[in-house]
Amino acid sequence: MKFREAVRDATMQAMERDPSVFLIGVGIIDPRAVWGTLTGALDKFGPDRVVEGPLAENALTGVCVGAATLGMRPILVHHRIDFVLLTMDQLMNHAAKWKPMFGGQQSVPMVVRAVVGRGWGNGPQHTQSHHALFSHVPGIKTVVPSNPRDAKGLLLAAIEDDDPVVYIEHRWLHEDEAEVPTDYFTTPLGRAVVVRPGRDVTIVAAGPMVSEALKAAHALEATGIGAEVIDLRTLRPLDTDTVVRSVTRTGRLVVADPDWAPCGIAGEVIARVAEQALDVLRARPVRVTWPDSAVPSSQAIEPLFYPGAREIQAAAVRTCEGRAGERLVVSTVKDFHGPF
Amino acid sequence: MTNSASGDLGRRLYRDMFRIRRFEERIKTMYHLREMRSPPHLCMGHEAVAVGVCATLDTQDVVYPYYRSHGWYLAKGGDLKAMMAELFGRETGCSRGWGGSMHLIDLAAGVMGTSAIVAGTISHAAGAAMTFRMRGQDSVAVAVFGDGATEEGVFHETMNFAALRKLPVIFVCENNLYATNTHIRDRQAQTEVYRHAERFGIPGVQADGNDVLAVHTEAARAVERARRGEGPTLIEFHTYRFLEHCGVNEDHDLGYRSYEEVEAWRVQDPVERGRRFATDAEQTRMAGEIEAELDRACDHARSAPWPTSLMLQGAAR
Repeated sequence: MKFREAVRDATMQAMERDPSVFLIGVGIIDPRAVWGTLTGALDKFGPDRVVEGPLAENALTGVCVGAATLGMRPILVHHRIDFVLLTMDQLMNHAAKWKPMFGGQQSVPMVVRAVVGRGWGNGPQHTQSHHALFSHVPGIKTVVPSNPRDAKGLLLAAIEDDDPVVYIEHRWLHEDEAEVPTDYFTTPLGRAVVVRPGRDVTIVAAGPMVSEALKAAHALEATGIGAEVIDLRTLRPLDTDTVVRSVTRTGRLVVADPDWAPCGIAGEVIARVAEQALDVLRARPVRVTWPDSAVPSSQAIEPLFYPGAREIQAAAVRTCEGRAGERLVVSTVKDFHGPF
Repeated sequence: MTNSASGDLGRRLYRDMFRIRRFEERIKTMYHLREMRSPPHLCMGHEAVAVGVCATLDTQDVVYPYYRSHGWYLAKGGDLKAMMAELFGRETGCSRGWGGSMHLIDLAAGVMGTSAIVAGTISHAAGAAMTFRMRGQDSVAVAVFGDGATEEGVFHETMNFAALRKLPVIFVCENNLYATNTHIRDRQAQTEVYRHAERFGIPGVQADGNDVLAVHTEAARAVERARRGEGPTLIEFHTYRFLEHCGVNEDHDLGYRSYEEVEAWRVQDPVERGRRFATDAEQTRMAGEIEAELDRACDHARSAPWPTSLMLQGAAR
C-alpha cells in the first residue's frame, strides 16, 4: 500500500467506526482528493461529513475547536502546511489552551493534517516543514510518519487522541510503498522506534530523513561502522528515553531533521541527551538539517538544498573519527512530475 | 404575551441585570484589597444585551462570549459562586483557578468558555452549530463579541461559512463604540456593523442594546429563525461601557471620550431603565437576596483551597 493510500485507509476506517469523525478543509472535495488521500470519501460519507470549507483556514480551525469541545473528532486537512500558519491563532491560542485554561474540563480531540510540499519546484512557501513551531507549544502533539504503515497507525492514533494533533505528511513520501495491515490498528503517539540496531553511532531521524538514515547506515556498515537508526515518529511528546538508551550504548549521536536547525527538534534532541547523559557522549553530536535559507525553486539548486543519506553518512563518520570510510553514498533522488 | 406574563418576564430580566450589576459593583469595591488578582473587564452598561439574549435560550443552547463576560456567564445560568471563586484564583473556581476573569466556563449552563483574543470564539460557535446540525439537535449557538471583533478576518470568515451552510448560530455584536480606547470611526471605514450581514445574504439588524425588551425581541426572532433551520442572523446592539476598558475605575482622565458622552449614556443605563419592571418592594427584596448571595460567594471564595501546581508539570515532554 502506498503512503497516500494508507492515509486514506486510516481516514475511511476511522469514519466508518466513529460517527463523530468528520473531514473538513479547503479543496477536499476537489476531484484530485488531496493527492488521492481522500478518494471516495465524499461519495461514501456525503457533504455533511466531508465538509468543504471556504478559503478561511483560521475560521475552519475554530469551527473544529467548537465541534471538538462538543465531542466531535474533526480532521482538518491542509494541502500545504504553509497554510496552517493562517490558523495559528486558533491552533496556539485556542486549541492548545482550551484544556488547561479551564482547568482540564474540556479537551479538543482534533487532527490537523498538513502536507509538506517538497517535490517539484514548489519554492519557499509550499515546502516548509514547521514541525518545530507546533512542537514548541504545550497542548499540541506533533506527528511525522516516515512510512506507509506508520502513516496509517499514527493517523488512527491521532484521531483517537483527546488532544489536538498536528499530523505532518511529506508529499515526498506519498508514493512510497510498503506492507500495511488492512485491519484497524494504532501506532502509539509519543513512542520512537529503533528501526535498525547498531553499536557505534545513533542516528535519530524524522519523516523523510528516516529512509535516508537507513541508506546511510547500510553504507556505514560496509565501512565497519554500526549505525543504530531511530525513527522519532512523534516530535511532541518526544520519546527521550529511547534516544538516551541508544546513545548510552553507542556514545555517538547524529540527528537528521528535515527542517531548519535554529530552535529545532534536532537541537532539542541533543539538549535532552546532554541534560540526561552528557557523560556518555564520546564525540560531539552533529545536526543534519536544512541550509539556513528559504527553499529554492529552480531544479538546478533545489536538489542541492536537501541533505540526505550522503550528509548523514558523512556526519556519522565525523562522530566516529579515525574509522572513516572514503566512499559516500548518494542521497535519494525521486522522479517527480508536475503540475505540483 | 399577556400583561402578567410580560410582567413576570420583565421582573426576571430586571433581576438578572441587577444581579450582574451588583456582582461587578462588588468587584469594584473589593478589587483594591488584592484578594482578586485577575484583570476585570467589567460589563457595566452592557447588562441588557446578555440578559435579553439569554432569556430567549434554552439550557442546551450554548453561548460563546468573550473577555467581558461576567454578564453573559450569569445571564446564561452560570454558577455565581464558582465565578467569584475563579476571580479569587481558587480551586473551586469555574475554571479551577486556571482562567480568571477572562476565561469563564460553565458547561452545564451552556457557557462554553471565553477567550481573551478578540473574535476568538466566533468560529467556535459555528462549530457548535454545525455539531448540532450533524447530530440532529435543534439547539442554537450564540457568538458574542464587541465592535472591534468585526474588524478581524475570522469574523467575516465565520459569517460566510455559517451563512453558506445555514447553521443555527446567532452573531451578537455588543457595539460599545470603543476598542479599548479607540473610537469605531477611527477604525472602520463603514461603521454600521449590522450591514456586514448583507454581504452574506443573511438578516442583519440593529437595536437599542440598553433596552432589555428590545434585545429580547430581536434575539427571539433570530433564535426562532435559527431553530427553524433558516440560518444565522447578525444583530448589532448599541450599548456603552461605563468604566475603563479593564479595571474598576472611571477613565475620564484619559480624554478619549468626553464626560458629557459618558453621562449621556448613563441616562440610558439599562439597569435603571429596567426598574420599571419591579415595584419598590420587589426591588428591595431582590437587593437583599443578591447581597446575601454575594456575601456567601465571597466567604466561600476566601476559604476555598488554592489550585495545586501539579498540572504545571503537565504532559509537556
